[in-house]
Amino acid sequence: MRSNPQPDRIISAQKIFLRRGTLEASLLTDLLSRWPLIQQLRTGADGTGSEAMSEHTRKLRPKHDGAEVTPSICPYCGVGCGQLVYHKNGKLISIEGDPNSPISRGHLCPKGADTYELHTHPGRLKKVKYRRPYSKQWEDLDLETAMDMVADRLWESRERTFQETRDGESLMQTTAIAHLGGATLDNEENYLIKKLFTGGLGMVCISNQARI
Amino acid sequence: MPGLGTSFGRGGATTAQQDLSNADVILIMGSSMAENHPVGFQWVIEARERGAKIIHVDPRFNRTSAMADIWVPLRAGSDILFLGGLINYVLTNNSEFREYVVHYTNAPTILREDFRDTEDLDGLFSGWDQEKQKYDPDSWLYKGAPTRDGGGPQPGHSEAGGGHGKDRGGEAQDAARFEWDTSLQHPRCVFQVLKRHFSRYTPEMVERYCGVSKEVFLKAAEAFTSASGPEKTAAICYAVGWTQHSKGVQIIRAAAILQLLLGNIGRPGGGILALRGHASIQGSTDIPTLYDILPGYLPMPFFEADANKFADYIKKHKARTGLWSGFDKYFISLMKAWYGEGATSENNFGFSWLPRVTGDHSHFGYWLDMQDGKMEGLFVMGQNPAVGAPNARLQRTALSKLKWLVVRDMVEIETASFWLDSPEVQRGELSPESIGTEVFLFPAAGTAEKEGTFTNTQRLLQYREMAVEPPGDARSETWFMYHLGRRLKQRAKDDTRPRNAGLNALTWNYPVEGKHAEPKVSEVLKEINGWTVADHKQLQNIQDLKNDGSTACGAWIYCGVFPEEGRNRANERKPKDLLGHGWGFAWPNDCRIIYNRASARPDGKPWSERKKLVWWDEEKKEWGGLDNADYPKNLSPDTPDDLAKGQGVEALGGARPFTLHPDGVGWIYVASGLKDGPLPTHYEPLESLLSNPLYKQQTDPAAQKKERPDNPYAQSPADPRFPYVLTTYRLTEHHTAGGMTRTLSHLSELQPELFTEVSPELAQEAGLEHGDWATITTPRAIIEARVLITRRMRSLWVDGRRLHQVGLPYHWGYKGRSKGDVVNDLLAISEEPNVRIMETKALVCNIEPGRRNERQQRKESEERAAI
Amino acid sequence: MAITAFLTDSTLCIGCKACEVACKEWNGVGEDGLNWSGYSYDNTGAVGHSTWRHVKFVECAPEPGFGGNAPELNSWSFSSDVCKHCENAGCLEACPTGALVRTEFGGVYLQPDVCNGCAYCVVACPFGVVQRNPDDGRAFKCTFCYDRQKAGLIPACAKACPTESIKFGEIESLRRKATERMQELQRRGMRDATFYDASDSSVGGTHAMFIVRGDPRTYNLPPKPEVPTTYLKKAWTSSAIAAGLLLAGSVIAFLSENRSNGR
Repeated sequence: MRSNPQPDRIISAQKIFLRRGTLEASLLTDLLSRWPLIQQLRTGADGTGSEAMSEHTRKLRPKHDGAEVTPSICPYCGVGCGQLVYHKNGKLISIEGDPNSPISRGHLCPKGADTYELHTHPGRLKKVKYRRPYSKQWEDLDLETAMDMVADRLWESRERTFQETRDGESLMQTTAIAHLGGATLDNEENYLIKKLFTGGLGMVCISNQARI
Repeated sequence: MPGLGTSFGRGGATTAQQDLSNADVILIMGSSMAENHPVGFQWVIEARERGAKIIHVDPRFNRTSAMADIWVPLRAGSDILFLGGLINYVLTNNSEFREYVVHYTNAPTILREDFRDTEDLDGLFSGWDQEKQKYDPDSWLYKGAPTRDGGGPQPGHSEAGGGHGKDRGGEAQDAARFEWDTSLQHPRCVFQVLKRHFSRYTPEMVERYCGVSKEVFLKAAEAFTSASGPEKTAAICYAVGWTQHSKGVQIIRAAAILQLLLGNIGRPGGGILALRGHASIQGSTDIPTLYDILPGYLPMPFFEADANKFADYIKKHKARTGLWSGFDKYFISLMKAWYGEGATSENNFGFSWLPRVTGDHSHFGYWLDMQDGKMEGLFVMGQNPAVGAPNARLQRTALSKLKWLVVRDMVEIETASFWLDSPEVQRGELSPESIGTEVFLFPAAGTAEKEGTFTNTQRLLQYREMAVEPPGDARSETWFMYHLGRRLKQRAKDDTRPRNAGLNALTWNYPVEGKHAEPKVSEVLKEINGWTVADHKQLQNIQDLKNDGSTACGAWIYCGVFPEEGRNRANERKPKDLLGHGWGFAWPNDCRIIYNRASARPDGKPWSERKKLVWWDEEKKEWGGLDNADYPKNLSPDTPDDLAKGQGVEALGGARPFTLHPDGVGWIYVASGLKDGPLPTHYEPLESLLSNPLYKQQTDPAAQKKERPDNPYAQSPADPRFPYVLTTYRLTEHHTAGGMTRTLSHLSELQPELFTEVSPELAQEAGLEHGDWATITTPRAIIEARVLITRRMRSLWVDGRRLHQVGLPYHWGYKGRSKGDVVNDLLAISEEPNVRIMETKALVCNIEPGRRNERQQRKESEERAAI
Repeated sequence: MAITAFLTDSTLCIGCKACEVACKEWNGVGEDGLNWSGYSYDNTGAVGHSTWRHVKFVECAPEPGFGGNAPELNSWSFSSDVCKHCENAGCLEACPTGALVRTEFGGVYLQPDVCNGCAYCVVACPFGVVQRNPDDGRAFKCTFCYDRQKAGLIPACAKACPTESIKFGEIESLRRKATERMQELQRRGMRDATFYDASDSSVGGTHAMFIVRGDPRTYNLPPKPEVPTTYLKKAWTSSAIAAGLLLAGSVIAFLSENRSNGR
């Protein structure tokens, strides 16, 4: 894919040329005044410095100028690099290293440096996808409906497979429902998973990536 | 994490990444740190620039080797032989840090007369039960130490048990009562037993069977052991290159022994840094989504041992001396956090509501049950077993046996769409019409879209704030679990059957906020930290915990992270020093280097000015210095121990730094807590080209192969069909099985395709062309990859012949921008005995030129011809 | 306004390509193809219109016992390449539209809103840095993060670099650092370490300086980069001289004619 680096910033010279008919005098003057030859004559400079800068260049500011910044931690490996998340009006603008972190000192690896794309790329899921048994395709599903359906499945499977006792002794488990995952999640999330699944529902088949 | 846990007390890295810059030598082995932890590697570079020597031991010359002073190419799977060689080198040259060894390790402890070493029994320790295929570890115990409850199933040796709960070791006996010889001369003291155990791990053996020339071995050994004693320290960094072996725990044990002998634990620039591959892999064992432990490494009750026996459960796990003397406080406070008012002393704080463990409920254990049609439902959150787990083909086909599957991720990962476009469906072996699994794929929030804590590789809790709302219906796992739990509790509320008593009692009233009714994450963290039940005041530290039900605490080791209302220490961001105090919260008690009492001499003074960290302040009468003391703050160094009769941590006296162990010292020898022996021993990988050069016992006797028709193995040793060693690994540009990177343009373009790395010698022998295709075959699968011929791969001279190693990065799958064959299809499901991890770093394979389909067709026609 | 520069010290580079990704993330530059090259671990090839930072991998045969840091051997080297922001910049001199400008920090900035895609700069660059985007027609290269620098921020690549192999700062202090670093590397036995800033060539020095091991040419650093416009000057001078001589000749001829006429 060869994409346009700064699609929103482009006011190409060609476009100005095409709009010549409506070009205002002031713009013409401006254009002329930026013409290197005129600049050279006027300022004595060589026409390659600030005198040659377009309005856009002169006004150039970093894209996260004036954005809110929220401290964060990189989601990839276990190093735990500090990140700064820049956002404006609820939209992400950029994610870069946090120089205050005593571990990462503002640096990121290629994965950490790509965290903005991780959040914003077009392949991200935004709706629940549902596949019926024996179906050949995905369907969209409303979030609340999906939650109800999952609660149903979980409840029914637990009802079918729960064992309260074995040989008169307390067993209180189901081994027919399992959970996998946790090393990419937050401590609070893992805590709620273990608390509900094991402490509340009696699921013992709980596992994640962590071993040693 | 029993490798570190049994050796030192806690299953976590002993040091911080920044502290690597204090090291005089750094040994990186079982890790390509520059590739997989590049930002942490800046501290290695900093040490190097200050003059530290960097040693990298790895089968491949990779980006870490490129930055090292010494690169040692090694036959994959021979790590214990190499490390044993280093241990033997230390012992034969008397280069151990004698004063540290005598005072701070169990080297002087005398073992029982009936203990037999692998040297006596040709590769087995005493107690091996051939019929049950497991050890009875009684003979491993210390001489003079009574067993705790006179036999019966011991924690850590239960058939069902994994390893995490036993991280601390020592429950099998009262290890605080023992006999010892501080001259280290007694023939049955640990030091002498160790000497004999490793006496055959000579440079010649290393040369012959690791493929490391004697000259290179000695160069590395001299460099590493030079950093010992009061003035110098050496650090060791490892990652899954050590853990993902059929004897992974014992490899780490070998490193622990080496570091204890050299006096490198608890001291600046020393330690063992376990490098974790995920953002919160440490956190997910501390607060485990694992089957055999509860938060804070408290063991889950096991059916055969703990069914209705609360008192027995407490008695078995509560130690008399050391920090585990508080076991009842930690456990009861957890029950109070979970079951609130429902947990009372009358009902044993809800002990009977906890499910009992009855077997191997680990990932591989239950996945084989799933494959056999014994499971109904599965939740997968932030993991991608369809490409990321061993024998991935079996992982995928097992999913087709489920009634329902819930996957939560940021993208449509392979696990969610196994029924649609897996290789099995593409090849026509399965079709969607034949798969009855109902699948729910939920969009998950990214890190910038939710708040919470990760615990990083150095036990540091760091809080993230939410920057923006997640897109569309994407939500955090906190949201998902909270609202799922709410629905289930609603269903159970009028149901009085015993199965719902725990669910009804479960405290689940987290306040919600925002337009999506997101539970307040800080409230969950406050519960993890703990509070007093009566007036709901946050607990300040572990000492505040009580065993009478008056405190609630979700994870005792994290106590102190939220010590008062409005003060979340994980969210503090003002680092004051190199170790980063003031930034985040390290467990326990914000200690950045644990066991740091060992950084001072027995009399409390630093071993040297250069290596000072924590010392006894005579004026203030407390431990102070550059880190928080991992020791009772006011326990003076001259306090005599009362090991024989005393109670609690104080019984250890003022000079026993490893406070979780009942005897307060680092364990060179692990008397209890491991299933495959008290000392590391070289065994060959489950699939190997070689016979074990040292013993008749070929492989780790307690490792489980889980061999069955859908999980077959090569003959071992030396299956003629599979003449090469295969090792798998990661690249900087991708993350694990690629779910978070193969979907991204800027990372996919950097490593767009699966390739295999081979040496020119192997390429010539196998007829491979650079840039062309090769097929790689194991008994489980055939895959294809592009050929990268490089001198960085080296054929080794092992036991009188050339041994070739094939390298394969395992990031690819059948979805995403950059696709490739699934390397994990090649691997077997196998279980290391203690933690049930698979062997990914050393197995056997064949490699041939050409593409997979041609190869597969030929194989099929050969099979037909054979019939 | 401080005059700034990059100093890329390849002895610290671990080849992670964080600089490439950080650059693309910040500047919104797209992927430039999923092409497995088979050349070491490098699949992005070279600096171009859609890769403004590029890490080159140089592979040699490593010897066991000698890691890459061993002064005796240099087995696998990485170096992050970038626009040199020349003191006498060929691109800037060649640009007929004024799209290329010299910023107050000393860098050479290509204004995408002014560029008309004539590509004179492409051929004028002695390092092959500037390239036209074939889809869009315009030329692109490293901006020296002019937008960030204007706000007092360091360029995205230098900020990300995990081992601080890419340093950014005031040019003279970086030169001093480079001198010290060279002495240090020599002391450690790395006799093949070379400092490169092309100050003794027609580009007159660069705002992207390098420390590399071995021959700089291995890292796309020509020993004598030449600004094509030097030839232009020479050509102009020659033409001027020629014109002058011709004129003089004519004048002389005229005068002598006159003289002869006057006889």
